[in-house]
Amino acid sequence: MNGVFVSVGSMMPFDRLVQAMDEWAAAHPQVPVEIQIGRGSYEPRHAKWLRLMPVADYRARVEGARLFVAHAGMGSIIAAIEAGKPLLMLPRLQAMGEHNTDHQLATAVNVGNRPGLHVAGDVDDLKARASALLADTGTPPAPIARFADPAFTDRIRAFIEA
Amino acid sequence: MAGKKRILAIASGGGHFVQLLRLRPAWAGHDVAYATVHADMEAEVAPARLLTFRDVSRADWWRLPLTLWDIATILIRVRPQVIVTTGALPPLLALALAKPFGVRTLWVDSIANSEVLSGSGGHAGKVASQVVTQWPHLAQPGVDCWGSVL
Repeated sequence: MNGVFVSVGSMMPFDRLVQAMDEWAAAHPQVPVEIQIGRGSYEPRHAKWLRLMPVADYRARVEGARLFVAHAGMGSIIAAIEAGKPLLMLPRLQAMGEHNTDHQLATAVNVGNRPGLHVAGDVDDLKARASALLADTGTPPAPIARFADPAFTDRIRAFIEA
Repeated sequence: MAGKKRILAIASGGGHFVQLLRLRPAWAGHDVAYATVHADMEAEVAPARLLTFRDVSRADWWRLPLTLWDIATILIRVRPQVIVTTGALPPLLALALAKPFGVRTLWVDSIANSEVLSGSGGHAGKVASQVVTQWPHLAQPGVDCWGSVL
């Protein structure tokens, strides 16, 4: 698609992100924007959207996009890193009813500091960063292996076989 | 392989299951069945079996009986000797239900919990044989850090 792919995960709605990227799409009609809105109630008026796609299609969208925008969820972050695709994320906030804790703020700080991962503070920052990253995507995330470090999985194997 | 074990690898949707998939080499060669909330993950885990359960969280606690039923059914069908999970609440129920049967269970707390253990992870110590965090600074008595999915 060579545009922007947006995902808020499958578990909980995140209308603040969906609406912000729909507004961004309205301001950038030349850029294809597709949003997977999950359980949200805001239905985009400018961007292409759908509720939830099969995981194989989702992965293809992340790989094909110029920029991937998502909540600060580990599914999205791992998908971006595995695809070597820049990720712009907006953490869900407990105070706005977007998640049951503020752990996505911690994820943004502790995991989002990798190259190629970008964190927006609010919706205005999100829109500005989306425009900037589309002009210059910068360093993509370093590619990683498909599986966790063997030192970790070997310890789990030892637990299983004990 | 000799000493092949029946493993249940179980996790909720989204990032929980994505993390579980990154741990697959840990049980390669064993007889593994997977369980999660989205049936379309079947293609990801084939030729292994995928079983599904209805999700529940603290926000929709009233769905608990449905999830409990599904989890119990999965345990009866798989009869695991070992359960490995990356969270969240439904797999915690699986560990609790399996405990009286002497099943070895491993709780890998999600990498998303980088400042405190998850709510379910905090309770996992009561039911899991072993709890591990993916963050070295969260290791404490009873909670080891063996590494991370990233």
